[in-house]
Amino acid sequence: MTDAINDPQKRIELMRENINMMTAAVPWARETGFQVTKIEPGHIWGVQPYKEHLIGDPEAGVIHGGVITTLLDNLCGMSCTTAMQEFRFVATLDLRIDYMRPAEPKQDILAEAECYHLTRSVAFCRAWAYHETRDKVIATAQGAFAINKARPKGSMPS
Amino acid sequence: MSRADELQGFLSGVPIVETLGMRCEIKGDDMTAVLPFQDKLIGNFTIKALHGGAIGTFLEMTAMAQLFLEADVERPPRTINITVDYLRQGRAEDLFARATVIKMGRRMASVRAEAWQAERNKPVAALLGHFLLRREDPA
Repeated sequence: MTDAINDPQKRIELMRENINMMTAAVPWARETGFQVTKIEPGHIWGVQPYKEHLIGDPEAGVIHGGVITTLLDNLCGMSCTTAMQEFRFVATLDLRIDYMRPAEPKQDILAEAECYHLTRSVAFCRAWAYHETRDKVIATAQGAFAINKARPKGSMPS
Repeated sequence: MSRADELQGFLSGVPIVETLGMRCEIKGDDMTAVLPFQDKLIGNFTIKALHGGAIGTFLEMTAMAQLFLEADVERPPRTINITVDYLRQGRAEDLFARATVIKMGRRMASVRAEAWQAERNKPVAALLGHFLLRREDPA
């Protein structure tokens, strides 16, 4: 497991095999109910289904912006994991979200995140949330993620 | 009805507020938001840390609530953009937040919000947001 997780290609395959577990193992992701749909090196796709308990504007029936924050933050973090050579945990340093237009009620929100630059200690990501295609963009995000130091051998959960 | 009552009335009808389990303690125009800890707010089980998205949602909602409290608007403000700095790990404990309206314009407002746990001067996360104020169109 440790060997597989430190090989980028094997790690991505492992993530693809466990694609449903990637959000099922995260309580707040389970609460918002988003799913990962596609995994490529440095690039992740996901979907946030429309759910009434996530509404932030009852008059318009629109999902709260914070749900998009959750979705894009999480996908960005995962895109770092698919971009790295050796596996490291990452933690969000900052995340900026610009809202282009309100999401439509009762429509799923699609999203993708890309890790476009890595240094030894920081990963830089951008992400998009949209309906159907990228030209119907709801929000864009830009974030920096701290890459944790390698853990001593044997301390990784297997 | 006081502005605080109007805000509480509005918040009680917002599903995401109930989903998070957050509440607002208001004294006049002074407000502290409280997010009692629940397992569902966790983002990482191995280190028992709050999810950045849950913290971000709570901070955005706190900023909007403070703005609603101070601005003369009927409808809730709409978010233009937010930047959240994650300063410390959010532990499996209650989270608190306060927001300040830095600039109240006619059409837009800038708001800062900060969240903390055991110690007020050790913030867990800070938000800067710009919001669109949806005022009634002047005749």
